[in-house]
Amino acid sequence: MSIWEYANPKKFIATTTPLVPWVLGVAIACLVVGLFWGFFLTPDDFRQGSTVKIIYLHVPAALMAINAWFMMLLASLVWLVRRHHVSALAARAAAPVGIVMTLIALITGAIWGQPMWGTWWAWDPRLTSFLILFLFYLGYIALWEAIEDPDTAADLTSVLCIVGSVFAVLSRYAVNFWNQGLHQGTSVPVATGERTISDVFFVPLVICMVGFGLLFLALVMVRTQTEIRVRRMRALEMRMRS
Amino acid sequence: MIPDLGNYAAEVMAAYGLSILLLVGIVAVSLRRGRKVRTQLADVETRRDRANV
Repeated sequence: MSIWEYANPKKFIATTTPLVPWVLGVAIACLVVGLFWGFFLTPDDFRQGSTVKIIYLHVPAALMAINAWFMMLLASLVWLVRRHHVSALAARAAAPVGIVMTLIALITGAIWGQPMWGTWWAWDPRLTSFLILFLFYLGYIALWEAIEDPDTAADLTSVLCIVGSVFAVLSRYAVNFWNQGLHQGTSVPVATGERTISDVFFVPLVICMVGFGLLFLALVMVRTQTEIRVRRMRALEMRMRS
Repeated sequence: MIPDLGNYAAEVMAAYGLSILLLVGIVAVSLRRGRKVRTQLADVETRRDRANV
């Protein structure tokens, strides 16, 4: 069976409908367990005090903010190359979820930064690239809304997504590119496997990361189904009018 | 039974409150719009079927 079969809207809806309650349920369970564990059962950090508890929201949200954009990039490339409507609609569906993740990362980062750095905001490479990523999300959503023809909108938003990917990459690797700024290095470097946080904080953090990832997946499935139905509804209405 | 958050209670509670609000918001909006569009599509399909009869 080819993966491209799922580019058929009916097949996509038939496959994802039974999956959504399970994925959403596991996501909520992971979030409840991870956040409860992190908030109630972990100790304060010797330097950060109780603000270390913000890590369970900030890190998974930032991770998903960037990953959401990469998912949109992949879907946009599939649209540009193979013209599968479901991929364009999946990219559109992911954007509002991605912007919420970006907003959570920015808000929690500012709230943590004020007591720890003595400032809500600094024009640090990672923070700045993240703010630009947020603006790209806004522009992406606005562009979809502004253009009436869905294929033209999909083309233009795909191009915007490719351009914005530069900032998604910068958001992730800015700390490595420029060895300056206030933002510390990544807490969980996957490439090296060398953790900079102890197990007592790491385990609930991983549970929260899984929860955020599954929540994103569930919401993208639900929202893509909605976009497919909206498109079908418009097509039917146009046919009935003519 | 909220743990003792020391001097940073306001910051931690604000971070959790706002984040949970945003997460619940995007889930609620997505599910509600999905349900609404499904009903609207069913209406349009019924109208189309009636027109075709």
